[in-house]
Amino acid sequence: MSDAVHPHGGHDHHHDDHHDAHSHGSFGSYMIGFGLSVILTAIPFWLVMSGALNDPQLTGIVIMGFAAVQVVVHMIYFLHMNTRVEGGWSFMAMMLTVVLVVIVLSGSLWVMYHLNANMMPHAQMEMDMGPTQEMRVMHNMSEMP
Amino acid sequence: MSSATAHREPRAYHLPEEPHLHEGHSTMLGFWMYLMSDCLIFAILFATYAVLGGSYAGGPGPKDLFDLPLVALNTAMLLFSSITYGFAMLAMEKNRVSATQGWLVVTLLFGGAFLFIELYEFAHLIHEGAGPWRSAFLSSFFTLVGTHGLHVTFGSIWLVTLMVQVAKKGLIPANKRRLMCLSMFWHFLDVIWIGVFTFVYLMGVLR
Repeated sequence: MSDAVHPHGGHDHHHDDHHDAHSHGSFGSYMIGFGLSVILTAIPFWLVMSGALNDPQLTGIVIMGFAAVQVVVHMIYFLHMNTRVEGGWSFMAMMLTVVLVVIVLSGSLWVMYHLNANMMPHAQMEMDMGPTQEMRVMHNMSEMP
Repeated sequence: MSSATAHREPRAYHLPEEPHLHEGHSTMLGFWMYLMSDCLIFAILFATYAVLGGSYAGGPGPKDLFDLPLVALNTAMLLFSSITYGFAMLAMEKNRVSATQGWLVVTLLFGGAFLFIELYEFAHLIHEGAGPWRSAFLSSFFTLVGTHGLHVTFGSIWLVTLMVQVAKKGLIPANKRRLMCLSMFWHFLDVIWIGVFTFVYLMGVLR
């Protein structure tokens, strides 16, 4: 994982250590990543296909956990991501992306969930919020002779 | 000006030694930035699917449509292609042209198998009347999974292009750099697929 493994012979002019961080891993590290990925893929599929946990919600949380761990495994063993690549800029860009992804996903779900809840049919709405102005007008109109 | 300054040391407004950066020194970081922006595209498509994924419009839902053994096979194909690309990179490190090309061919075959299975799945869905026009759920499903498939398609075209380049010019530094970029792209697509099989297929069947 350092220039001891991959000596950069030709470049005499890289005084910074950015390029040394371009490690491609080794056979061993690829195999570790592959093995972990197989396990982290097989377990979620097995959990869902066999229904071993008997609880869809719990299964959902568990397989999301496996997905998160597998993403980290891929980042480390296949994409060779660490805090030193490109002087830390790759990692910074990734953290910014992670923050944006979390905002986009949680924000969309949060807003759209409430939108859906407020777009329920009338009976539900009356129960939730009581009659609205419009409904009261309609009610009064129906009472007219 | 001319006679007065001729014998004097010219005033320097630049560093005595220019930072001499070799060609392509920023390519990897730039490509990583591209991947991160691509990641945002997928984030938006995932968010769209998360919002619309339950709107079946009276049509078929994930439980009726998704065939998990097929998805597991597809996942295996992509994972195998990831590891074989890794082996290609290891062969490239050792400057072994034929080994690199061999592993790239294997990667291409796995990538092709992935695309074939995905197209088979799409054709099957459309044949059943569950095309992207059927419901919001299916529209967002085809958009998300189709965009990923399109990325794999272009990755495969890129792979063929690089194999031709390596065959013609060998493992010159420029080709190594290109192979490293495609390596990041290919592994990145596998990362996106983790999200797809978890959130779309597995969670869909659980729903």
